[in-house]
Amino acid sequence: MNTSTTLVYDGSFNGFLTAVFMAFDEKINVADIQKNNQTQSGLFSDTETVFTHVEKAKRVWNGIRNKSHNAISNVYFAFLSESEGVEMILYSYIQKLMRTNNGKYLDYADPTVLHIAQLSKKVGREKHRMEAFVRFQLTKDGIYFANIEPDFDMLPLISKHFRDRYADQKWLIYDVKRKYGIYYDLNHVEMVSLNLKDIHHNKMTKNDAFTSEEYEYQTLWNDYFKSTNIASRINPKLHKQHVPKRYWKYLSEKKEAV
Amino acid sequence: MNFDRIREKLNILADAAKYDVSCASSGSNRTNKAKGLGNASKMGICHTYTADGRCVSLLKILLTNHCIFDCAYCVTRKSNDVPRAAFKVQEVVDLTINFYRRNYIEGLFLSSGIFKSPNHTMERLVAVAKKLREEENFNGYIHLKSIPGASDELMYEAGLYADRLSVNIEVPTISGLKLLAPDKKHEDFIKPMEKVKNEIVRYQSERKTIKNTPKYAPAGQSTQMIVGASGESDKDIMYSATHYYKTYNMKRVYYSGYVPVTHDSRLPAIGSAVPMLRENRLYQTDWLMRFYGFSVGELLNSQHPNLDMDVDPKLSWALRNLQYFPVNVNTAEKHLLARIPGVGMRSVHKIMMARKYRNLNWDHLKKIGVALNRAQFFMVCDSSYWERRDLDADKIKGMILQNSSGKFRGQYSTQLSLFN
Repeated sequence: MNTSTTLVYDGSFNGFLTAVFMAFDEKINVADIQKNNQTQSGLFSDTETVFTHVEKAKRVWNGIRNKSHNAISNVYFAFLSESEGVEMILYSYIQKLMRTNNGKYLDYADPTVLHIAQLSKKVGREKHRMEAFVRFQLTKDGIYFANIEPDFDMLPLISKHFRDRYADQKWLIYDVKRKYGIYYDLNHVEMVSLNLKDIHHNKMTKNDAFTSEEYEYQTLWNDYFKSTNIASRINPKLHKQHVPKRYWKYLSEKKEAV
Repeated sequence: MNFDRIREKLNILADAAKYDVSCASSGSNRTNKAKGLGNASKMGICHTYTADGRCVSLLKILLTNHCIFDCAYCVTRKSNDVPRAAFKVQEVVDLTINFYRRNYIEGLFLSSGIFKSPNHTMERLVAVAKKLREEENFNGYIHLKSIPGASDELMYEAGLYADRLSVNIEVPTISGLKLLAPDKKHEDFIKPMEKVKNEIVRYQSERKTIKNTPKYAPAGQSTQMIVGASGESDKDIMYSATHYYKTYNMKRVYYSGYVPVTHDSRLPAIGSAVPMLRENRLYQTDWLMRFYGFSVGELLNSQHPNLDMDVDPKLSWALRNLQYFPVNVNTAEKHLLARIPGVGMRSVHKIMMARKYRNLNWDHLKKIGVALNRAQFFMVCDSSYWERRDLDADKIKGMILQNSSGKFRGQYSTQLSLFN
């Protein structure tokens, strides 16, 4: 009997793709693909560590993309969902994709394909939400600063959107949950990690880090938000469906509601 | 900047602008140039939602609410006793830029009451857009209102800076317009629409030969109609919407349930309910026409001048046309799949792909996301179970209503409640 192997990778997307490469290349009977900080060895399987190799990862990426552009974004988005055990589902998704002649048609009646499509949709939905719900506050150093706390790892996905849009201002978006941020210095976007003393929710109390003008604009925005409401059409359920409560503490227009 | 004064003005002028339902920021392909500010998002972004659940994507304000007209349905009409205010051009520019930089909005939606003359008003609106584009290098979304009666030259210039232009037709019938807005002429609404449409067509054909033709209103035109103010039927509304879609290449027609704002014998009284369910049914019809391949005559005609309130328009059509059903999901063409009640375009897409691999059964369809409570009566699939009884339309409708719940059910149910 062919023994099965658990592949342990470093948690990065490239690491995962390298693991897939190894599995295909060495015809490994994969028992599981796990992140190195949460390994659990199986009773009947060997463990092998995967060393991230960008070239190998690229070959897998291109291989999937050549089958279908839709599939590569599904794979990337679903991976960023960080959902437990997503690696194995992705692996079987990639296997299935590679077996087809034409990746254009996805078999939505297959549970794996449907699951990945749904995960990818969830992540896509939050990406869109993050592009909407980031609220910058202008610091005295002239940096537009925002805190986010998304369900999924969003920063790699939204960086291009913000770089294209705010090309003439310095900005920093910090993920409170994953403890890293992206900073744009007018030329490049780079990953930063910093020690924040406190998280800047949109609090009622003012913080010296921000300009006084900042609070004036927040007031104006709050007023605007209130004036646009038509009281005779009130519909709190719909409101909460569109703006889920978990995002409220970072939205300046909702600071009175939190 | 004097924030207190701005705050006062913003409250008045945002409040007056809120009855314009359009807040779309989609459809523009404007990109950031020369490291400026802003980049339009093709699909549009709603940055927040009001407590009534409507999207807030643009800073939607009036330049002023002073107005020389006296349209009965309008909150800023001349004879209404409300506080009046006016923004300076620079104030609007500053607000837009500062809101945009904080990622509050996608851009500006600027409308205005008509002061002095239509041309004078339109000129100021264009001045704001021009300043944003040329002085601030702003590439976000700008929606300008075309003022009825504005000159062709101004409309031309407006399209050079704005992404979208709109004229609100407000009252779908000409007789209604005479009754409610006696100062306004129907032709005044049509002329700017016609001009903008012709320019869009001209620019598009020029772009085919000269690639760097500047953009002209890349997100097209839209309009809005008030529903439930002047006693028109759903057929009147949808036929006139179809006319605007076809004749003026409208990107969108919006339907706005009339919110009573004044005491006027010609209009519903203050406090009467906003016809939200009717509005919802009209939007459903609009979607069926634009994305599902229905023609307006199939959904509304002289036998059925009004939409059913208790079931959606597609189900209502299917119940009247049972001869087309059941449809076999594994073999039917795409346009027939789109006509099955409970099957949306996303499901149609998934079904088309999945059935290349295997015949689909109820389980597959359920997981794909088809609303089987409605769809099961109208389709057959790879299963020995399907609705074999020869049910008539009333029977099917009854069974569907019995096994489902709708958020509007309370508004039309004739069933008496036992406990209140």
